[in-house]
Amino acid sequence: MNDNRPHRTDGQVLRVDNLRIEVKTDAGPGPVLVDDVSFTLRKGEVLGLIGESGAGKSTIGLASMVYTRSGCYITGGKIVFLDQDLRELNGDQRRRTRGVKISYIAQSAAASFNPALTIYEQVCEVAVRHGLMSFAEAKREAVKLFRELELPNPDVFGDRYPHQVSGGQLQRAMAAMAMVAKPDLLIFDEPTTALDVTTQVEVLASFRKLIREHGTAALYITHDLAVVAQIADRIMVLRHGKMVEQGDATQILQHPTQEYTQKLVAERVAASTHEFVESDDTGEALLKIDQVSASYRTLVKVINGVTLDIRRGDTVAVVGESGSGKSTLARIVVGLLPREEGDIRFGGESLPPRLRDRSKDQLRRIQMIYQMPDVALNPQQTLLEIIGRPVSFYFNKSGDQVRQRVKELLRQIDLPESFITRRPGELSGGQKQRVSIARALAAEPELIICDEVTSALDPLVAEEILRLLKRLQDELGVAYMFITHDLGTVKRIANKVAVMLKGQLVAFGSTPKVFAPPFHPYTELLLSSVPEMRSDWLDEVLAKRRQLV
Amino acid sequence: MRLFGHKLTLSAQIGLVIIAVNVVAAILAPFIAPYPEADIVGTAWGPPSAEHWFGLDNLGRDVFSRILYGARMTIGLGLLITLLAFLLGTIAGFAAAILGRWVDTVLSRLADLMLSMPTLIFALVVLSVMGTDIPVLIITVGLLYSVPVFRLARAVAMNIAVLEYVEAAKLRGEGLWWIIRREILPNALPPLVAEFGLRFCFTFLFIAALSFLGLGIQPPQADWGSMVKETGQMIALRPIALYPAGAIALLTIGVNLVVDWLLAIHSRGHGEEV
Amino acid sequence: MFKLISQRVALGLLTLLLASALIFLGVEALPGDLASKLLANNATPENLAALRLELGLDRPMLVRYWEWLSHMLQGDFGASLSNKRAIIGDLGPRALNTFFLATYAAVIAVPLAVALGIIAAIRQGGIFDRLVNVVTLFSISVPEFFIGYVLVMLLAVKIRLFPVLSNVTPDTDFAQRLYLTFLPMATMVMVVVAHMMRMTRASVLAVMASPYIEMAILKGLPKWRIVVQHALPNALAPILNVVALNLAYLIVGVVVVEVVFVYPGMGQWIVDSVSKKDLPVVQACGMIFAAVFISLNILADVLAIISNPRLRHPR
Repeated sequence: MNDNRPHRTDGQVLRVDNLRIEVKTDAGPGPVLVDDVSFTLRKGEVLGLIGESGAGKSTIGLASMVYTRSGCYITGGKIVFLDQDLRELNGDQRRRTRGVKISYIAQSAAASFNPALTIYEQVCEVAVRHGLMSFAEAKREAVKLFRELELPNPDVFGDRYPHQVSGGQLQRAMAAMAMVAKPDLLIFDEPTTALDVTTQVEVLASFRKLIREHGTAALYITHDLAVVAQIADRIMVLRHGKMVEQGDATQILQHPTQEYTQKLVAERVAASTHEFVESDDTGEALLKIDQVSASYRTLVKVINGVTLDIRRGDTVAVVGESGSGKSTLARIVVGLLPREEGDIRFGGESLPPRLRDRSKDQLRRIQMIYQMPDVALNPQQTLLEIIGRPVSFYFNKSGDQVRQRVKELLRQIDLPESFITRRPGELSGGQKQRVSIARALAAEPELIICDEVTSALDPLVAEEILRLLKRLQDELGVAYMFITHDLGTVKRIANKVAVMLKGQLVAFGSTPKVFAPPFHPYTELLLSSVPEMRSDWLDEVLAKRRQLV
Repeated sequence: MRLFGHKLTLSAQIGLVIIAVNVVAAILAPFIAPYPEADIVGTAWGPPSAEHWFGLDNLGRDVFSRILYGARMTIGLGLLITLLAFLLGTIAGFAAAILGRWVDTVLSRLADLMLSMPTLIFALVVLSVMGTDIPVLIITVGLLYSVPVFRLARAVAMNIAVLEYVEAAKLRGEGLWWIIRREILPNALPPLVAEFGLRFCFTFLFIAALSFLGLGIQPPQADWGSMVKETGQMIALRPIALYPAGAIALLTIGVNLVVDWLLAIHSRGHGEEV
Repeated sequence: MFKLISQRVALGLLTLLLASALIFLGVEALPGDLASKLLANNATPENLAALRLELGLDRPMLVRYWEWLSHMLQGDFGASLSNKRAIIGDLGPRALNTFFLATYAAVIAVPLAVALGIIAAIRQGGIFDRLVNVVTLFSISVPEFFIGYVLVMLLAVKIRLFPVLSNVTPDTDFAQRLYLTFLPMATMVMVVVAHMMRMTRASVLAVMASPYIEMAILKGLPKWRIVVQHALPNALAPILNVVALNLAYLIVGVVVVEVVFVYPGMGQWIVDSVSKKDLPVVQACGMIFAAVFISLNILADVLAIISNPRLRHPR
């Protein structure tokens, strides 16, 4: 662990004792969101709250300001802030601590900034409305913070409206908004999750600088162990609203005591240290994308001269940040968007650009799996209908044969046969994603396009899905085109990788080759931006970038 | 009690009872009404009595019997018009959502034009030329009300059509008809059913207004709107107009209660209570 | 933004033109010849031909449309078929009466509805909200003529506060007018307030559910400031839209109310003329109603464009 981190162990800022938060509806009591959670936070200390979705981390973060979303109620415990139990305060007193003493940084700055007001108005508001500063003073303070946060043109940055600046800048402006009244406690709620990896590094670094320079205590909520490793002194692991363990950051990350934490850590370590998948370069190409370009109602090409090929049994990862055109490429391959130039050949024959011109067999041989399992399955249909339809549609099977085949497919994806009558609403996220896979397999395809199939899932569930895909590939010899922004996934599953930037392919080849020097500069930037569990990782990256500049 | 796999709230149950009573009255009117709808059976403005529960109207016709027959006309006509509006509106709406930009642009511009005309004025202009026959009434109002239905159906279908399960069906090579029938329609049903209820209320309120203006149902046929017109001027002397007007209000409220429940279960999502 | 507004206004004018075509050609192109329809059973070949000539039906339809339109733009709406008088002479005072009544109702209904809607939204789920919800559901469910009669029964007959009929003449002074038209105004206010309030409440609620409102709460701002400074600027566009739509509704709803109170406005006239098949009057009144309705809709859209910060401050 990093020893130059300022440790001030005097003065306890926040103490939460046996916190309990429940949902209550008109129909009666609902689930318990947070159950018996306790922790303390000292001045200058950063506590990381780690957990998967539904762990109650955000609920705890908001509860530290005695705020709950509609329908949720704090039903037990104490929230002691600077020797005062916040739950005993009346509404007006609570209000006076918010923003001034404790402030909040949300996941999506784009949604959390009011579109009708300038950034200055919103940043200065806290200090001005609580009577701490005049508007002019607050503005000077804001400019100072903008400068600290390395925002462009700090003097005039605040005059703009939220929609006029980029997402990363807005996220930093939100930190300025939180800091302007010099609070004692900051609550970061997944503040970098919505950003691209390369932007995340910068924003994370400015947050850390801000916390350290002001000596503010902070609660840092995230699902990413590697991110929390860079910023937290201590870590608390949560699951289903209960604490799993808490301790020093080094201890949790290197010697976790609980099985659940060990799994989380192991998964993350595996993601960053995984051996590259080797591949032999023999065999004919199944899919050949040749100099494909496309532009849609604009003059700028969304996809520009992309050439790559996929052989039988290959897993080709297409990586890039948002706007790189990776999903567009997938849509061009399946025919949802027509290509304008170039050719796509599948199994030797040229595929018509448009979906409606493709034969039933051409459609059958390429299947697709989506990012959001919630909207990928029709909520009104049973699994028999969902998985059975491709069977009857492509192979003209009778009702009984379809049922047998669906059962077989359910076994293949490790779901019980009895699920055949269920609807998607009765399944968990991971189970739904398995059903999507089964639906694709039902067509007996040669190529499956996986569009960010793990990014909406929690890490442990995502890992299971990846393992399942790998196993199915070994059994069936199907090829995958794997669209993703997560380089950890790439290392684990792909034997080839294609790196995309602004619609162009900047690198393509076997994974070990592309991810080893000599790099394309963008590949290097991308690779170096993936957070690692080492707590000195962020310092290293920043040092390296400074050298480059 | 459950409906569509969801528990009925008390207000929804009340709403359903109100609707059921009205529908039964409409269907059984000739059998349960004590007097024929158009016959003069006593002196004009006769007070309520054991023979004439709600009294007699401006011509001496039995108000209770006319309310029952009026239910027939009002509800039947309302349903017929709403059905026509939905037939046209949903077909056009789904077509606009699915058939692509060109069809959508044409239909949407047309709808904008129709919506930019005040409904009542449009109806008045048409009725002034075509006369006030019932088929004219049905077609005019049905056409007018198909526009808001079109807008809703288009929006709902568009929201569903961009979802990945529809895309998956397209990628599989499914035909348009299959996609509409199996993927879109089942998921579009709850908001459309709710709209059907609301539209039905609007329709019969509109018919009532037209009848009240003397341009809807023509005497001696009974319908609630024209009954209010016939007896309204004497409301201070004999508050008979309260009965048909109350019937209109009651049915509207009943339908609204059920619609509110439908919208609530829809916004809560699927399969939660299964 | 200027481009968007001018586009919207141009589209509105085009709509108005199409509406005029619909009103004119719709009437003319419908099956059956106008003259034979007017004369119905009294039609003899001679008087049919005479009437056709009088109506100018012997000339092509487009020519007659153009004449109608251009005359109308100069303020000449032609002559009534029933009393042969120039329409414009009767239209002036009647239109004034109608706009007087509509304005009277709007001046009271708009602030009332917007205020009630905002209060109900802020106190969502509270007693006030629930009460208002029930009351407005009721007044939406009842036809407006019924509300009119109930008001007459209560305020004109039981307690003799106001007259049963709203007999205004061009000589009636302003105060007297306000008094005479109180009941029709109250009827329209009751109907429009219910609609407008519900829509205002829904738009404010939609804004209040935004993450930036949660952010404002977490900044510790007082409730009134959150509403005034954070919610209202964003709710303004939808509320203005609601107001304009309801004013449009009001100007049409006036037709029924005028009939209830035998008020000498355009609404009563158009209904009368429809039963008399006095088509030039129907066309003229219809055109004015449509013009006001369309203008209010344009106004709603323009206001929505102006109040959108993304359009006001482009990147």
